[in-house]
Amino acid sequence: MGLIEQIGQWFDQRLQLAAPIREAAEHPVPRNTASWFYVFGSAALTVFILQLVTGILLALIYVPSASEAWSSLQALNHDVTLGWFIRAMHGWGSNFMVAVVLIHMVQVFLFGAYKFPRELTWIVGVFLLLMTLGMAFSGQVLRFDQDAYWGLGIGASIASRVPIAGPMIVKLMLGGPIIAGATLSRFFALHVFVIPGMLIGFVCLHLLMVLKLGINEWPMPGRLVKKTTYVTEYHELTKSNGAPFVPYAVWKDLFFAAFILLAVAACALYFGPFGPTGRPDPTVIQTAPKPDYFFLWLYGLLSYLPPSMETPALLIGPVVAIAGLVLLPFLSGEGEKSWRRRPIAVLTVLLIAVTLGTLTHLAGFTPWSPHMNAWSGDPVPQQFLHGSTALERQGALVFQVKQCRNCHSLGESGGQRGPALDSVAVRLTQDQLIRQVIQGGGNMPAYGKNLSPAETTALVAFLETLHPRGQAPAREAARDVALRDERVNRPDRQP
Amino acid sequence: MLNENTISRRGLFMKLGILFNGLVATALAAPIVGFLLSSITRGRASGYLSWVPLGPIKDFPEGETRLATFRNPFVTPTDGKTVGTACWVRRVEGDQFQIFAINCAHLGCPVRWFPQSGLFMCPCHGGAYYRDGSRASGPPERGLFEYPYKVQDGMITIQAGELPTPGSPTASLLGKKAPCAARNDLAPGNDLISIDGSKLYASSETHALRGEKKPWA
Repeated sequence: MGLIEQIGQWFDQRLQLAAPIREAAEHPVPRNTASWFYVFGSAALTVFILQLVTGILLALIYVPSASEAWSSLQALNHDVTLGWFIRAMHGWGSNFMVAVVLIHMVQVFLFGAYKFPRELTWIVGVFLLLMTLGMAFSGQVLRFDQDAYWGLGIGASIASRVPIAGPMIVKLMLGGPIIAGATLSRFFALHVFVIPGMLIGFVCLHLLMVLKLGINEWPMPGRLVKKTTYVTEYHELTKSNGAPFVPYAVWKDLFFAAFILLAVAACALYFGPFGPTGRPDPTVIQTAPKPDYFFLWLYGLLSYLPPSMETPALLIGPVVAIAGLVLLPFLSGEGEKSWRRRPIAVLTVLLIAVTLGTLTHLAGFTPWSPHMNAWSGDPVPQQFLHGSTALERQGALVFQVKQCRNCHSLGESGGQRGPALDSVAVRLTQDQLIRQVIQGGGNMPAYGKNLSPAETTALVAFLETLHPRGQAPAREAARDVALRDERVNRPDRQP
Repeated sequence: MLNENTISRRGLFMKLGILFNGLVATALAAPIVGFLLSSITRGRASGYLSWVPLGPIKDFPEGETRLATFRNPFVTPTDGKTVGTACWVRRVEGDQFQIFAINCAHLGCPVRWFPQSGLFMCPCHGGAYYRDGSRASGPPERGLFEYPYKVQDGMITIQAGELPTPGSPTASLLGKKAPCAARNDLAPGNDLISIDGSKLYASSETHALRGEKKPWA
């Protein structure tokens, strides 16, 4: 007997863990579950462990104090050997973790794995997703920079809309009346102790149930789940067409886990760490805060919801979404598992994916935000001034100086908050232009008080030149008639 | 042999032990909950608010809107720069001021003042306000938050201390006296769509227009 074996036996005599571990590792799984579709759960666990390790490493340097946190992140980025790499791994790890957890969830949903008897596994999984998002948000706060500061302000503004309890929730969340030292400290406690502790507990429960109930078999169209017969059928399947999890299926998990770690490391090496952006100094207001990647869709949604819908959507939406996910296994706990025969399930996933994807994409360039520096930074393109009169040029100047450009683009530059004005003269007549400028409307402020009559005249003269060559500007038909009548009746007043 | 109605000495002690632990846990829960909720209880009856000096009024010329900063009255040792707060001071005339919170009434992003167009614009979701703080356009449901102010001996002080959020009680305190005059005579904005000859700027069509002008790529 070798020395190593002897030492192993010495430990096992005391721990008595070898037998249950071997039993768990070699438990039979249906052969067709040894598939590349079944690797996302273990990949999520792998990234979670990576986050634990890199998180502990970061905590060796990071200072959770509103006055020191930003500097300690700078030290990690620039002074501590490979500090930048560990920060980058942790930051990219969080992106990957959210992504892998979502992919895992979609796979489980489409393969009907949430049905009897795995309802509770799914519900625990829903809470794991929520905790993952909680880690993502609190992690963004710990990167205590301008984005984190104003992101907290957005969080507080959302929380404050809860009826009656709103203001109390805000103070509880911020740890005081404003975003300050106590806020960072409590988000540190959440990010480092509370949520990870709960995550570890829930991951253990999740895994325990996967072991006890067995991995979901590959769904066959037409093989329906019935509560009375499923467990017997599953055991027969693992007996007749099963194989031990180790090594039959585990090698794919191992390969994919290593691949994901490599992918995180590659992103970390290539793209580097996230921020920190500017110092969290609320007196510096020249900032356009933006959330991290996984909350960009929400940022987009918040700008597209009509004002009256916003508070109900923010307060009721999450409750409905979470309730829907938790109740899903009770609403369809039996029946068809295969996605081939569940068109509504497939369409739901597609719809959600396209919605989130579109909102995320839009949030990448925020067409709803004014470009704060466009009025002074983007000159009116030359082609719009070619051959224009002095009045029209004066109008172009008014157009820039009154910050119209912040919301309206000309020649592909400028804000996209309002419509592009390259051909506005084709859409609006002179009278309509004047009315729109003076009174605003349709999401445009009224400029009546900030434009003199001369400025309005010049501005509208310029706007009237904005039409494609060969396409006549819009004209009110009645105006021609009125002018003609005037010519006929009052020849003396002809221009 | 025990019958079902009797209780053993050990069983009684176990139950008493559980009861004892329950009592101790309840007793300890009170300070724990008190500690956890301290940030709420301390702020009861606006305990966080106090009057903060903003500077001499001569720093704020009549008819102009200027950025001012103040130190939040409630400070803890680790706050760093976060206790500094900015606000927009509009001196209407004489001792008549409007002190706007920097936070957009939509989701709290810092609004910027553009004197040329007389608008406050928010960089986040595109909320815009007129010079008197009333809502001009975008997602905000209301005008900018206003701090109550006092002018004494040529100094201007404001009542501040809490982050203004849409739901906070101070939000209704801040900006309670809505600047109605200006709102009524000038800024009916969105209400005009229905009587508007051109419906081109109705918000849903704005997006269609934008899509056609500038593809999402």
